[in-house]
Amino acid sequence: MFAYIVRRVAAGMVMILAMSLVTMVLFFASPVDPARYTCGKNCTPELLEQNRKALGYDQPVLSYWVDFTKGIFVGSEFPKDPALKKSAPETIADCPAPCLGYSPQSSRPVRDIIVEKLPVSASLAIAAFIMWMIAGVGLGIVAALRKGTLVDRAIVGSALVFYAFPTFFIGLGLYVFLALKWGIVPVPAYTSIADGGVGLWLQGLLLPALTLALVYIAGYIRLTRAFVLEAKGEDYLRTAQAKGLKSGRILFKHTLRGALTPIATVAGLDLGGLLGGTIITEQVFNYDGLGRTAVMAATTYDLPVTVGIVLVAATFVITANIVVDVLYAVIDPRVKYS
Amino acid sequence: MSEIHRDVEFGAGTATETFDLEQEPAAKKIEGRTPWQLARARLRRDKLSMIALTVASLVVLMAVLAPILDAVGILKPNDFNPELIDPALGGYPRGAFGGMSWSHPLGVEPGTGRDTLSRVVLGLTFSLIVAISATLIAVVVGTVLGLIAGFLGHWADWGISRFADMVLAFPVTLMLLALSGMFIELIGRVVPNDNVATGLYIIFVLGFFGWPTFARIIRGQVLSMREREFIEAARSLGASNRRIYFKELLPNLWAPILVYGTLVLPAYVSAEAALSFLGVGIKPPTPTLGNILANSVNYASSVPIFFLVPGLAIATVVLSFNLLGDGLRDALDPKADR
Repeated sequence: MFAYIVRRVAAGMVMILAMSLVTMVLFFASPVDPARYTCGKNCTPELLEQNRKALGYDQPVLSYWVDFTKGIFVGSEFPKDPALKKSAPETIADCPAPCLGYSPQSSRPVRDIIVEKLPVSASLAIAAFIMWMIAGVGLGIVAALRKGTLVDRAIVGSALVFYAFPTFFIGLGLYVFLALKWGIVPVPAYTSIADGGVGLWLQGLLLPALTLALVYIAGYIRLTRAFVLEAKGEDYLRTAQAKGLKSGRILFKHTLRGALTPIATVAGLDLGGLLGGTIITEQVFNYDGLGRTAVMAATTYDLPVTVGIVLVAATFVITANIVVDVLYAVIDPRVKYS
Repeated sequence: MSEIHRDVEFGAGTATETFDLEQEPAAKKIEGRTPWQLARARLRRDKLSMIALTVASLVVLMAVLAPILDAVGILKPNDFNPELIDPALGGYPRGAFGGMSWSHPLGVEPGTGRDTLSRVVLGLTFSLIVAISATLIAVVVGTVLGLIAGFLGHWADWGISRFADMVLAFPVTLMLLALSGMFIELIGRVVPNDNVATGLYIIFVLGFFGWPTFARIIRGQVLSMREREFIEAARSLGASNRRIYFKELLPNLWAPILVYGTLVLPAYVSAEAALSFLGVGIKPPTPTLGNILANSVNYASSVPIFFLVPGLAIATVVLSFNLLGDGLRDALDPKADR
């Protein structure tokens, strides 16, 4: 088991390094000059050349990537210019390890930006995750137990309808009508726990998290329903019934145990991939998290920030994959890894 | 050759079918039917899927007819009607329900007075062109790579599978956004029209991030089929690899390709809308469901009808194709017991 985990983590790290290389090839090897976007309308060729050099865009993509990877482990400096460091050390920005690059547009190391914005996206992701797990799994169980009835159809049908509308349509609909027009819920705005306590934090999260949760609920209802129905056909349930166990006990101890294992797998993967998925919700609710930062970075061609967020999001996906595989063996004793 | 083994493959389905037939007095005679006929019969019995099929066909028919209706002047997506909007009200349509009338059944666009129905119907055409093309790219690339991975095995399988894992770990929305500036400019060097370049970009990138799912499905199918007798038989008869791929394997893969294609298509319709909302979609005056909805969000509370119409249009497309995909999956599954 331990050897398996070590092997998976090592493979995951190689994957992230490969992804960083691919990302850089995509951004820097295209014939469009990325430095052009760092210098505004009054750009001179000299200024352009200076920017290009400062950001390292003048190097071949492979050596840029080597520099970037080295920066993660030993830190880096921007611009990388020994001569400038001697003559004017105050113009050099230090980027200690793990350095994810330096944003020319906001004059800050990329890591600082990500660390600052991550709590917002993480709050949103976790709140949405809790909502859709409770609602999705709960309603899925109800639908499975009432299979074929009106309740079943109403649950599955309404979830599908919510799924069919684009996220930003649902989000803006909730925002404009519930918060602005009718004033049923307070206008959502992010307040960190440190600033406003748990109450304000949750209040600000209510609508955005609900929007994000609605995207996933339909899938989870259908998954749960299918797995519970499948688990109900297993022999061990008939045994439990034959033993004369109470139906509540059968449901929670036997049926759900079997049904929830695959759902936990899907849930872990979805949570890992959620960071890349909060973009629209953050944009709708003006939430200043990683998603919105990524949109800003993409529209202002702040490449180092974009690359940093892409890699952080990918790291979450890969980590979730490994954690889920390992947990699977823990939850389900029938699974063995070698 | 492939006919024979396909009958074996769908053996379970044949048995079920025979059983069902015997319950209907009108058709006592046992007939031989191809798997496709069986699937069609199963689909026809599924009311919800038939409704979905009807709606989806109408959607496609409308999308095909829209450019013709536009050309002959029945649809007027770009005719400004200043007399229908009220400058005193900030350019909102005159009259109730967003300016609905017999000549403009779904109202008019605030600010310009353009006919909403015309724009939505023609928008459907462009949205479907993007979604269908992206689906085709994902299907073709995924099928070819999945076939190769599953059939060649060894290093080819390893390489393709790891590449697929990597592509899946990328945050798609973020990549679409981040790559848009450069790649649209790049495509724009070959294609003069900005909107065509944007459309091509969306198609390519959605297709690129979409193929791994197909490749995985096809690979799984091929792995289970590779060891089957009919492949062995073909090989012992001296069939070339190419013949085995395209004549023996591919005919058995149409069912999963069709099902997942039908399920991916609506996701791409939503993706196009999301990109318009984030500001990288196809720009007006060319209407797409996405850019109509993205524009309408500004009027969500002042002209709710104008906000609701494109949202409902997208939901109709997504819902009908999703339900159709589910229905096809059940109908094409030989083990489906219903």
